Amino acid sequence: MAVLNDEQAMLRDMAREWVDNEAPVSAYRRMRDTAPAAGFDAASWGEIGQMGWPGIVVPEQYGGSAFGYLSLGLVLEQMGRNLVAAPLAASAVAATAIAEGGSDAVKQAWLPRIASGEVVAALAIDEGPRHDRRFEASISGGALSGHKAFVAEGDSAGVFVVAAADGLYLVDGAADGVARSPRRLIDARSHADVRFDGAAAEKLGDTALTDRVCDLAATAAAAEMLGLASQAFETTNAYLKQRVQFGQPLATFQALQHRMAKMFTELELMRSVVEAALEAIDAGRSDLDQAACLAKAVAGETVHLVSREMIQLHGGIGMTDEHDAGFYMKRAQVLETMWGSAAWQRERFARMNGY
Amino acid sequence: MATVAEPDTRADSIEAFRAEARDWLAANFPASLKGKDNGLSALEGPTELSADEAAWKQAMGEKGWGVPTWPREYGGGGLSRAEARVLAEEMARAGAWNPIGGMGVMMFGPTLLEYGSEEQKREHIPAIARGEVRWCQGYSEPNAGSDLANLQTFAEGAFDEEWGDHYVVNGQKTWTSGGQWADKCFALVRTDKTNKHGGISFLLIDMDSPGVETRPIRLISGSSPFCETFFTDVKVPKANRVGEEGQGWTIGKRLLQHERQNLSGGGSSASRFFAGKSLHDLAKEYRGVDAEGRIADADLRMRIVRHEMDVRAFMATLRRAALEAKAQAGPSAASSIMKNVGARITQERAELAIEIMGMQGLGWEGEGFSADELAQTRTWLWGKAVSIYGGSSEIQNNIVAKRMLGMLDHQ
Repeated sequence: MAVLNDEQAMLRDMAREWVDNEAPVSAYRRMRDTAPAAGFDAASWGEIGQMGWPGIVVPEQYGGSAFGYLSLGLVLEQMGRNLVAAPLAASAVAATAIAEGGSDAVKQAWLPRIASGEVVAALAIDEGPRHDRRFEASISGGALSGHKAFVAEGDSAGVFVVAAADGLYLVDGAADGVARSPRRLIDARSHADVRFDGAAAEKLGDTALTDRVCDLAATAAAAEMLGLASQAFETTNAYLKQRVQFGQPLATFQALQHRMAKMFTELELMRSVVEAALEAIDAGRSDLDQAACLAKAVAGETVHLVSREMIQLHGGIGMTDEHDAGFYMKRAQVLETMWGSAAWQRERFARMNGY
Repeated sequence: MATVAEPDTRADSIEAFRAEARDWLAANFPASLKGKDNGLSALEGPTELSADEAAWKQAMGEKGWGVPTWPREYGGGGLSRAEARVLAEEMARAGAWNPIGGMGVMMFGPTLLEYGSEEQKREHIPAIARGEVRWCQGYSEPNAGSDLANLQTFAEGAFDEEWGDHYVVNGQKTWTSGGQWADKCFALVRTDKTNKHGGISFLLIDMDSPGVETRPIRLISGSSPFCETFFTDVKVPKANRVGEEGQGWTIGKRLLQHERQNLSGGGSSASRFFAGKSLHDLAKEYRGVDAEGRIADADLRMRIVRHEMDVRAFMATLRRAALEAKAQAGPSAASSIMKNVGARITQERAELAIEIMGMQGLGWEGEGFSADELAQTRTWLWGKAVSIYGGSSEIQNNIVAKRMLGMLDHQ
């Protein structure tokens, strides 16, 4: 666990209490069953806005608290524990892009509304079914055209941060030339197909900012994955202690103990790299790309292991829709795939380090 | 010494049988069904058969070739193993497939042939051979999964005028495959509460008996192939018990061997999925190739290679085990690893397939995904059951450790 200041410890505890009391997995299940078009429960997002979490990384002069990414990560981790469906990660990272690249007018227009949760901001980056940082979207006379695939929170977004071939742009969600259609994935969250056809766009930065924003998004995803994996592990551990077969709790079988010990080991490694990446953002380190790449690769592999083992170690009950294990595996697989799979991050690591 | 050239009667009769099988298939297998095995398995619900499908099922049922090696007197094909192999070859050649299947064929039939009374065999085997009766398996209970012998469903002996000697069954079974569609259930029940393994009996229960209730269980893949099955004061004639009271564990375990044999084929269809595409075809299609024509993603490429090598090793082991079993007239030691390797291959294949497709492999329903993509996602999710059902991978490893390696029980 990263060394936290009082503010951060308080935020983490508050987030933990809120997700446990107000957003248990049963709330996610209800969202899955009622399938709101936005991909999240509006009332729940309203509470998150009131608590100021969408403004955690927004500068104070624009209505945020500027606590930074470690703080955001602590909240995302707690939300990941209970699979809370909310557009926090997308909004926060998009807000950073706007804060770092937007004109004063743009910042003034969007950041306060993002910080309060009134407006959802989304990252329209990938153009195909995987993250590859290759962009064909283009700008012509201040208008952006291109096709963006699986845009998280794209269904509800009031503003988009869009990657084009020459850099990063902002597009008002209500602008002419923006068309979106929903994609129903296994995690029942929002992943919209978004088409920009000559939509008015404001430049936020060049491709270096695009890369940086992708790394921020990967790190935020890794923070959610850390919570998801931790809770999947704890739920499984509790089950092994309670489930009796052959006249004794499953937790007494050494073969299972060693599998849990192995997962615990991987989780500790995962926590270190995820927290290091969050801290690298706050410290303004120039090697954020290395830290984010490592965090997302390790997070991907660990969450994969733990979510699969959650089902296997629960046995048949873990296969049922009535149990939560399937939700964890489904969300895990989506997060593994977003912002660079472990395989893609390994390849990137090799390139960055001259292998 | 003069030698008389003796005709190889065995080879001759096999070739004669091949001709017979070929003629019969030509006369009876509807050309319209060629290669259209819809995989009517026990896990699927009842489907409306087309006229050709119904005719084919009836022809195979009457001929007994759906269960080729079962005795002729009980409606089986009465074929030798060699003849059954020839029949399978000829069916494959003709694009024909076996319309007779399900748990009755895979597990219950062979067990009843071994342990059933003459009356029981005459009552049940011909109906299975004709594919007329759906059987389900009443084994697992909420607290008897891996520890199956912990089952608590109780069958209490009773007598009345109407039923004569009978049992009154109370309890709950779970993971009853196809329970909602089954006509009958072969169940392990407890007839003695004082003896864990020796207090279990093997009972045949009509699913339409008063007091039997099924409730489908929805799985993470969205399908509901299993049920919870509740028994409340269900009366079952004692004549429906297979074997003696207390012999159920022995009979039940024998049946599980048949189940394992049938489940271990899982990895062998490795190259046939996703509309006939292999994993490397799929990868080239979805990921593209580099300048030398290799799968563009080097990391993924090598993991696909590792998987394909695993598949080939598994296939070689299946072949070796079959040869050894034939030569030594008993199961090969290698058969003990089959279920776990089959499960591993099935699951890895599905994992690689969805990884290859990226987000496109994670669709649940609706627009933006092809039918093949959506089916592959569901296959991946359902596949997580393969290492759990029919004896979890952990239980299979226990069996290997104890039986093959002579290791001691957990104390």
